[in-house]
Amino acid sequence: MKTAVVVFPASNCDRDAAVAVEKVTGAKPAMVWHGDRDLPEVDLVILPGGFSYGDYLRSGAMASLSPIMEAVKRHAGRGKPTIGICNGFQVLTEAALLPGVLMRNANLLFVCKSVPLIVENNNTKFTHNYSQGGTISLPVAHHDGNYFADDDTLDRLEDEGQVVFRYADNPNGSARDIAGIINKGGNVLGMMPHPERAIEPQLGGLDGLPMFEGLLEAVN
Amino acid sequence: MKARIHITLKNGVLDPQGKAIQSALGAIGFDGVDDVRQGKFMEIELAETDETKARSTLEAMCEKLLANTVIENYAIDLGD
Repeated sequence: MKTAVVVFPASNCDRDAAVAVEKVTGAKPAMVWHGDRDLPEVDLVILPGGFSYGDYLRSGAMASLSPIMEAVKRHAGRGKPTIGICNGFQVLTEAALLPGVLMRNANLLFVCKSVPLIVENNNTKFTHNYSQGGTISLPVAHHDGNYFADDDTLDRLEDEGQVVFRYADNPNGSARDIAGIINKGGNVLGMMPHPERAIEPQLGGLDGLPMFEGLLEAVN
Repeated sequence: MKARIHITLKNGVLDPQGKAIQSALGAIGFDGVDDVRQGKFMEIELAETDETKARSTLEAMCEKLLANTVIENYAIDLGD
């Protein structure tokens, strides 16, 4: 599996993502600067966590207009796996690759801890190695993770199985406890929790590994 | 030409920051504050002198970057 990790100014989980990918695939991902206009030929694109552009204006707003995003949209448009984690999820919503928006946490606090998540849809390229309805634990670390969309959009997401992860104990006020959603095509996943930070027993646990292993199986 | 842009949260969108401000106002003795909604205000200097063209440019700016129309409305004031 060939992977590209996009690096925005003030991304800070890009290297975590690279370590996770290399651990699972044995291959170092291409680290692609946000100012580039082209992606190398890859199977998977990761938009990593961080605080791109200092979260100025709105989290992910500036990054969603970076030159590389046109190439990311083309990659996603061809049905190829694309995942946005934390700030990457914010970028995907701002780029309109996923519906809704991530707002300031309802309690206004930065939340940084491991949280239990329910796998709501394991019939995706990303989640087929998890049990349907099972509970996993992944770290979250964000100030703007409060997922919002209008009721019609939320109903549609639920009806189409696009809610992939739900918080068992909502840490940020997200509508319907949503922690991660996928596009209709099933190839663009956005999630606030960090699977790439849960690949070592000593650091965040191991519940992130099945996602990367599942992706490897899905694209090979 | 100077433009002033107000960006406000749409009705029905929860505003936890506004709530915190409301509660802080109460805590320092300002009673009777029924609601606070926080938004953004921007002043933009444009080289354009034609009002119609300026407005159309500003609308494009709001749609593309300045506002997220999933949750926000924007209003544009033009003039000195």
